[in-house]
Amino acid sequence: MGEKEQLLRDIGIADFVLTELTLYLDTHPQDRKAMEYFNHYNRLKLQMEKEFSQKYYPLNTRWADSNKEWRWGAAPLPWEGACV
Amino acid sequence: MIPYALKERCLHTLLRMRLWCNIITQVGTEELAHMEIVAAIIHQLTRNLSMEEIEKCGFAPYYVDHTVGIWPQSAGGFPFSASQFQVTGDPITDLTEDLAAEQKARTTYDNILRLIKEPDVCEPIKFLRMREVVHFQRFGEALRITQDKLDSRNFYAFNPAFDRCETCD
Repeated sequence: MGEKEQLLRDIGIADFVLTELTLYLDTHPQDRKAMEYFNHYNRLKLQMEKEFSQKYYPLNTRWADSNKEWRWGAAPLPWEGACV
Repeated sequence: MIPYALKERCLHTLLRMRLWCNIITQVGTEELAHMEIVAAIIHQLTRNLSMEEIEKCGFAPYYVDHTVGIWPQSAGGFPFSASQFQVTGDPITDLTEDLAAEQKARTTYDNILRLIKEPDVCEPIKFLRMREVVHFQRFGEALRITQDKLDSRNFYAFNPAFDRCETCD
């Protein structure tokens, strides 16, 4: 697995942790340990997303800053195997 | 006439609404992502099909209508339609419907897993099945929390998502 695939995989892992924690926190809004986990993984994910988007291609429109050529949409599509 | 129970409890109405609105929108967004996963599996199974394969595996009727584009329909060929689920605007009713929907999806995945042995299909399906179980758990908690804040002598005295009393406005 190359550096790019590894980074994309790590983003996917952090993203899933956040999905799960968000749902959990909805019904357990006082759980401070879960909130700490959430904050930690949220920071990690944002940082990795920024790094990936600057190095390779924007993962969402938030990171789609372009000058010469419109970069959003240059990415391979997930169902074409880009997420492996 | 405003029921007494509503007057007593309506201070909590906003907070309570917030809770199940959050869960429902988040689960709804996640389910759309699941739709993308299922569509990706179908796409990967049907791309590069030869005419012989299309005929042999019973794919011809679908191919005539949709080529190999993704068109949402049940395994039995029944097209997707919003009439397959309900929104009543009553939190207890809607959460109960959501709970049932998660179990129906889980059963469908269980049936797929009995039928299919291909690991590239089974692994993502196992993941989706696990998510339905998690959603069922969270919806169950949302229903319990909603009922905890209602009148235990009569949960159905009023609709907390609709009825209002003077102090609400």
